[in-house]
Amino acid sequence: MSNSAVTQAPDLDFDSPRLQRHRKKRNLKDQVAKYSIGFGGISVIIAITLIFFYLLYEVAPLFKSASIELVSEYQLPAADHGRTLYSTIEEQNDKALRLTENGQVVFFEAKTGNLHSIVDLPLQPGQTITSIAYADPTSRTVAAGLNDGSVLLFKHSYKHTYPDDRRVIDPYLEYPFGRESIQLDEQGKALNQLSLTLTDSAVLVAAANIDNELYARRFSKEQNFLTGETTLVPEKIDLPPLGFKPEFVVAEPGMRWIYAATSKGKIQVLDLFGDDSSGASINSTVKVGDAATRITDMRLLLGGASILVSDNRGVVSQWFMVRDDDNDYSLQRVRSFEANGADIVDIGIEHRRKGFALLDAEGNLALFNTTAHSTALIEPVSDVPVKSVAVSPRSDYALIETQDGHVRWWHIDNEHPEISVSALWGEVWYEGYQEPEFVWQSSASNNDFEPKYSLSPLAFGTLKAAFYAMLVATPLAICGALYTAYFMAPALRRKVKPSIELMEALPTVILGFLAGLFFAPFMETHLPGVFAVLIITPILILLFGFIWTNMPSQIRHRVPEGWDPLLLVPIIFFGGWFSLEISPALEQVLFAGDMRSWLTNEAGIDFDQRNALVVGAAMGFAVIPTIFSITEDAVFSVPKHLTYGSLALGATQWQTMVRVILPTASPGIFSAVMIGMGRAVGETMIVLMATGNTPIMDINIFEGMRTLSANIAVEMPESEVGSTHYRILFLAAFVLFLFTFVVNTLAEWVRQRLRNRYSVI
Amino acid sequence: MRTSMKKWIKDGDPWIWFNAGAVAISMIMVFGLLFLIASRGLVHFWPHDVMETEYVSKSGDRLTIMGELVESEMVPAAQLMGAGYAVPEGAEFMQRNLLKLGNRDVTGADFRWVLDDSLENRRFPEQVIVLERREWGNFYGYLKSVKEQGQVIAQGEDAWPVLVERIDRALDIHSRIHEIEKIEIGGINSRMERLRLKERGLELEGNATPENLLSIEEDRAILDAEYQALQQALIELYEQINRDSMVALTADGQERHIDLAKIVRAYQPNAMSLADKVGFYISKLVEFVSDEPREANTEGGIFPAIYGTVLMVIVMSIIVTPFGVVAAVYLREYAHQGSLTRLIRIAVNNLAGVPSIVYGVFGLGFFIYFLGSGIDQAFFPEALPSPTFGTGGLLWASITLAILTLPVVIVATEEGLARIPRSMREGSLALGATKAETLWRVILPMASPAMMTGVILAIARAAGEVAPLMLVGVVKLAPSLPLDGNYPYLHLDQKFMHLGFHIYDVGFQSPNVEAARPLVYATSLLLVIVIALLNLTAVAIRNRLREKYKALEM
Repeated sequence: MSNSAVTQAPDLDFDSPRLQRHRKKRNLKDQVAKYSIGFGGISVIIAITLIFFYLLYEVAPLFKSASIELVSEYQLPAADHGRTLYSTIEEQNDKALRLTENGQVVFFEAKTGNLHSIVDLPLQPGQTITSIAYADPTSRTVAAGLNDGSVLLFKHSYKHTYPDDRRVIDPYLEYPFGRESIQLDEQGKALNQLSLTLTDSAVLVAAANIDNELYARRFSKEQNFLTGETTLVPEKIDLPPLGFKPEFVVAEPGMRWIYAATSKGKIQVLDLFGDDSSGASINSTVKVGDAATRITDMRLLLGGASILVSDNRGVVSQWFMVRDDDNDYSLQRVRSFEANGADIVDIGIEHRRKGFALLDAEGNLALFNTTAHSTALIEPVSDVPVKSVAVSPRSDYALIETQDGHVRWWHIDNEHPEISVSALWGEVWYEGYQEPEFVWQSSASNNDFEPKYSLSPLAFGTLKAAFYAMLVATPLAICGALYTAYFMAPALRRKVKPSIELMEALPTVILGFLAGLFFAPFMETHLPGVFAVLIITPILILLFGFIWTNMPSQIRHRVPEGWDPLLLVPIIFFGGWFSLEISPALEQVLFAGDMRSWLTNEAGIDFDQRNALVVGAAMGFAVIPTIFSITEDAVFSVPKHLTYGSLALGATQWQTMVRVILPTASPGIFSAVMIGMGRAVGETMIVLMATGNTPIMDINIFEGMRTLSANIAVEMPESEVGSTHYRILFLAAFVLFLFTFVVNTLAEWVRQRLRNRYSVI
Repeated sequence: MRTSMKKWIKDGDPWIWFNAGAVAISMIMVFGLLFLIASRGLVHFWPHDVMETEYVSKSGDRLTIMGELVESEMVPAAQLMGAGYAVPEGAEFMQRNLLKLGNRDVTGADFRWVLDDSLENRRFPEQVIVLERREWGNFYGYLKSVKEQGQVIAQGEDAWPVLVERIDRALDIHSRIHEIEKIEIGGINSRMERLRLKERGLELEGNATPENLLSIEEDRAILDAEYQALQQALIELYEQINRDSMVALTADGQERHIDLAKIVRAYQPNAMSLADKVGFYISKLVEFVSDEPREANTEGGIFPAIYGTVLMVIVMSIIVTPFGVVAAVYLREYAHQGSLTRLIRIAVNNLAGVPSIVYGVFGLGFFIYFLGSGIDQAFFPEALPSPTFGTGGLLWASITLAILTLPVVIVATEEGLARIPRSMREGSLALGATKAETLWRVILPMASPAMMTGVILAIARAAGEVAPLMLVGVVKLAPSLPLDGNYPYLHLDQKFMHLGFHIYDVGFQSPNVEAARPLVYATSLLLVIVIALLNLTAVAIRNRLREKYKALEM
């Protein structure tokens, strides 16, 4: 050795150009690795946070407030053809029309005011228009009440052509019920109030003449099979004497109710399905506001179930017919809206939503949504007095006419007015409901349906499912973990722990399937047995424990300490078997042979086959391993010298457990429960398969629920991209994300602190 | 030494017993569940004996019925009495049997609950045949004769061997028809579709010159000719397969004509020996994992679902492995170990606890509606308005699950990296290796089993996940496999079938739940076995790894 130490070191040049290059290359590689891994790592982390921001990005528009923007202003087109009686806009926001008092329809470009055409209505000489009414705006049908007591119906239609790949919209008028006016008032008095409703099979016209006498006429549509022409077969309706002179008349599309009001604030409801088939009866009379209140206008909201009544105080109130327990209807004031208290000039009803625009005498435009009971916006739109407002079919533009003969064309950005905190979480009085309720009902077959987006029943269902799951899982998992970590023989523990943890990997779809198709029907037929298990098994365990403790030691010592659970397996099996065996007998004795019908009839508890008990058991099963595993870790890592100390001081095993181990490990157990809770809240497949998915709010263990997650799974595929419904489902996902994330972070933080504490002890 | 009750309670022993009971209950639940799935799933393939019996109905009519006994239960007599059944004096409970009677085309329903007491004269005739058919479910009855072109060629005792032989022939022809229809005509269709898209693409680009169109037309003509030839071959095969038919008698003596082309399998369960039954069992098992589903997924196999699941999982692991490992290496080896890194670590950890449906919503909104429609506009304008990537598919499903399982891989890899003793890194650096070299030559090889554990756990999780997949591209019945012989071979945009979704769909959306249930149990069993094996492998690798590091720390 010493020899080699003496020998000259080989003459190596570490700075040869080749080696320098090599070193450079290695350095470069090192740098490249450093930056690319840094870049990769950071981008993965960013990608993960993207989930959060993307969800937020989809949810945010829900809470964006509305805004409006003036697009253009122009002179009233064809101003010399008379005052505007009615104006509206077609679907594409390309053309607008105004009906003048001279009986002419003026079509013009909505954006520029350029005149397209002027069409004369086929009025007879001497006929003038005295009133106007329009049916549901999507039908585009308008009725003109004439001075001779007749009514002319017409429809404005639009032809789309694409010359040179550019869309050209040509408006024209149609007369689906003929060009002749229909006589309504035999006395030939002018109609100064008119109301029109259309259905597929009938037309109902209600009108008041100049002497404030009320008429109603129902026409059934009959189609000629050869010509395809529709003719109206009239059917007179005798109206009872009103007792006052109606100044506002509205007939609803259900063709049952006619609302007649005086300006003094009295609304009378006529029931066309009255006592005998041809006649009508008076349902009720209500008063709007106090003695000084004057009604200034009365309109139908989209769908026709509600009427909007505006008064001289600047308040618009929504009313609809509410059925009580005796099946009697009465008109109820549901909610009211107020802009600034200024006089109301005009109301523009939205075509697709339960909302309306209001124009007041001070030149303000206000947008309201009735379901959400929200004011989306109040903004001045004109500094000169205004005359009328029309809202476009997609509610994205408004056409405002001013007194000085100008038209202002405003763009409205009001995508999701139906969302407000009260609509999402509060009780809402929906049309056709007896009282305010929490309802989730996102879609229906018809267009004028009022969507009911209350998240409360879903959140309630989520918590209910999680609650029952935790009720099942927490005791089993924590007790099991305490035993496994502290009392169990190590050899057995090495087998038990992995097999319970294996449960965690079990696909929940399998648990859901078993819960829905095996356990739910099984439980239904063995209901008393299932409850008997809960009582009998613990008693048997205790009994066996006591007997075993008093066994002769030769027998007791055959089973080494910490193997007791194996002894209990047959006992529990026996308990289960015995409970199910006596189940029919219990059912005979206690519940008159059928517990299910007993529950429904005697106890008044509704019973669904797929109920919270089933979900609790199945989801509890899914949550047990999570809680078990974390609790077990926490208890097992309690430093041994603590327990030895306690035992050495004479405490029994259980005293050591309760006084020493539990307090030390309690943060760990807490975090286990939190994480288990997080899992139960977000679980989808089990609740989807093991409940009926009905969004009801009832704590009853025998009824089902719908959870946020299952709701997403059910409705997301059908929801239209960008719609309110779509964004609310995103909101539900966001809520789930935040909830689980916060709960898990809290749990993790507690665990970290616990770890630090152990390291100190 | 007797322990008094008082002392026993004072010592807290009852609580210990309760805890022991909780462990025992949990274990019983786990193994009971596995046993339940296994017993129900495996029994399905066994050829059950077919019972023939006289059934006396409520009104006293006698009817001969034939079928398999599925299950029995006890019903309170009061309930039956209410339903109008005659209940013997003093009986509190009566047994009720669920029989699978088959013959849905004859009776309308193939399952029936009957009272045990109303069955008389039970027997198990050896000549009973069971036919599994492509439509209308099973047939139970007797073989009367076998016909060729409508002429009887065998009847009575001799008919059975003839039938077996001819069914084999029909199955052969059927598989040839299947091959032509699915693979060859499917291939032509996919090439035709590509031509159509090419033509549309040329139109959109303004390159639809006559020469270009002509070449497309030529190609199309060639394909048409091929198609005609195949069509001709098919017509011949159909003629051949429709040659034979059989006449069978139902239990109550009705005659039914059944085309052999419609039969998948015929057997005489009552005449089978044990060995025959085992053979039959195995062939049914093989069919289950290798065949396509029949009759709205309630019969046949689940091969496309297995295939879809495996393929999705493979694509997912290809995506998740590099990203997960890079992120873990960054967090553990490169990032400054400050509070920010700790925060990120907790956040990543917690993402594993975010409900899977949230990932599904994210996948649907971001990948499909946002990225997918963007890709369609940019790269596949010719296919619009029908979406290519703007709808759920294999790629989006895989990426969504990759994000879902990313935390699993990151956490496992990080744990592996953290377990490598410092001395290993220091030794390598002391010898002059750069950090990258240390990482590449020393750290990563040592951590590779940990990465493997992570990926296996990720696969196990992905294989069992259903909720997000429902939103991003799983369907109940996919017309073709996402990896096949047609260009571009791997169809990332295609929808696919998945085992977990198959369970949900067949179990809950199926029109004939009773018939489908055993199949769902079998599918569940398969899924459980796969996932349990994956998990056990991961655990085994992790344990070995821990031992190894312990040794290194010595």
